[in-house]
Amino acid sequence: MTKQLKALFYTPYFVWLGLFVIAPVGLIVYYSFFNINHQLTLANYQTFFGSGTYLIMTANSVLYAFLITLIALLISYPMAYYISKLKHRDFWILLVILPTWINLLLKAYAFIGLLSQDGLVNKCFELFGFGPQQILFTNTSFILVAAYIEIPFMILPIYNSLTDISSSYIRASHDLGATTWQTIQKIIIPMTLPGVKSGVQIVFIPSLSLFMLSRLIGGNKVITLGTAVEEHFLTTMNWGMGSTIGVVLIISMVVVMALTNTKKKRRQTIW
Amino acid sequence: MKKLFAIIIGIFIICIGLAYGSQQLQKSTGDTGNKVLNLYNWGDYIDPALLSKFQKQTGIHVNLETFDSNEAMFTKIQQGGTSYDLTVPSEYMVEKMKRSHLLVPLDKSKLTGLNHYGSSFMNKSFDPKNKYSIPYFWGTLGIIYNDKMVKPGSLLHWNQLWSKKYRDDIMLVDSARDTMGFSLISMGKSVNTTNSNTLLAARNKLVKLAPNVKAIVADEIKMYMAQDEAAIAVDWSGEASEMMGNNSHLHYVVPTEGSNMWFDNWVIPKTAKHYKAIYEFLNFMSEPKNAAQNAQYVGYSTPNISALKLLPKSVQNDKQFYPTQKVIDRLEVYSDLSPAKVQQYNDLYLEFKMHH
Repeated sequence: MTKQLKALFYTPYFVWLGLFVIAPVGLIVYYSFFNINHQLTLANYQTFFGSGTYLIMTANSVLYAFLITLIALLISYPMAYYISKLKHRDFWILLVILPTWINLLLKAYAFIGLLSQDGLVNKCFELFGFGPQQILFTNTSFILVAAYIEIPFMILPIYNSLTDISSSYIRASHDLGATTWQTIQKIIIPMTLPGVKSGVQIVFIPSLSLFMLSRLIGGNKVITLGTAVEEHFLTTMNWGMGSTIGVVLIISMVVVMALTNTKKKRRQTIW
Repeated sequence: MKKLFAIIIGIFIICIGLAYGSQQLQKSTGDTGNKVLNLYNWGDYIDPALLSKFQKQTGIHVNLETFDSNEAMFTKIQQGGTSYDLTVPSEYMVEKMKRSHLLVPLDKSKLTGLNHYGSSFMNKSFDPKNKYSIPYFWGTLGIIYNDKMVKPGSLLHWNQLWSKKYRDDIMLVDSARDTMGFSLISMGKSVNTTNSNTLLAARNKLVKLAPNVKAIVADEIKMYMAQDEAAIAVDWSGEASEMMGNNSHLHYVVPTEGSNMWFDNWVIPKTAKHYKAIYEFLNFMSEPKNAAQNAQYVGYSTPNISALKLLPKSVQNDKQFYPTQKVIDRLEVYSDLSPAKVQQYNDLYLEFKMHH
């Protein structure tokens, strides 16, 4: 292949990377150093790390993102495991992916219909004599709906790493006298860890800034960094502060990536 | 796979075809020389029948484009490339556009209907002597309650929202200015307060309201109230009239100690070109008969007193949307605060949201 032809193949990639990854991140970092009067300053960072409000908000966001990821993982892993064992597993995994074809806003509104005072869930409760409960605008409902929305993104990588395991490993494990539980513990879980890690990465970061769900389902009872970003960009027009929060989110994403990646490398060297 | 591909291509071609067709249709009815008026208005905020009536009377065709937020409208006009002749900003945006030199002063000698407007609605702080704007509709911030859960007539004051009776019963509209605003009014302060200590006190008072707040939501509030999801909501009168159209158990109150009064106003942006048509249209819209028809269509409160007299008695005497003069006198218009103060209002509001 000539050099020019090669260049032809990788230019689109670099153009894409430059325009849609590096430039936006660069702009966010750039804006974060300006205050509302367009003066160069570090005040935004000072405000962020100096005020209890933003730190509590960050702690809140991390806690909720953690819970959402945890619940999504606890549901997704067994689900992916059983789907990978099924006869028509391609069909079943398609059913799992299907909800991602529906717009997030529509799903949120569907949940409002389900969880409201005279929604379907409360109708069921009434059948069993619990009377109507306040389900909407609670932390629990927020976490559950968010976990529901993230589950397909968690299942897919886990499912892929499960189907990648050659059945000969499993057979070998059984031949050597391992019980089913031991096989899962010693063979399947370690071999699917890369899938779990990418699932966690994909789910955790967006969960840090779910501003729309926290308003629609959580009734703003849950305030995440996303709420603050939305407010700074749309109401106060303080793009500097909004960008500062964006930078913090990006850094925390890098941290999560770094934490989950080093372990993977170590395991690979062991094998 | 091939079939799927064919379907996708098919849908794509049909969409392109339809888009092209509608573009052609619009072109043929659109720009016809000087006999046009480019109107930039909120969605569904004018009676379409009036537009055709105007065209019949004057031969001027009105091109209507819509926006959904003051900020979006501001950005579009500021960036240029448009040719809007008239637009309808809210009061604080009139002030902001004026400061950004985006408005053309009104030529009062060409306006004939100004005498129809009530004096309570003219010469407001956002536009002294109405140099740039004519009020289009006005309204208030108030309390909506559901008579299935709240005894009718028992809820009259902002301070009652803090009552233990209404634990987890109240929905607030997600707006820093309005939420801080009613807290300030409940303490007897102005909604335009800039004193930091007073603002802090208003935030502290809001924190005490937190146990009563069920949710802080935006547009969805209309749907929730119509579905009996909450007993009480704090929202604007325009939204309230929409909710009440969907649920007859809802009622709207403007607390007697005062509230915010908002205006949407006709202004001429810098981008205007068809001045003759503009003044003909403004005069047409000020005619009591037309203003009354429009008010019935939109359902908001009209500042046109002569038009109000043409509306049904049930509307005229509706204290919810046309409060008594005594209440009107206590209503306050938001003034455009400095960016630093806007920031402070929002920061304090965010702190309240964290506590709730």
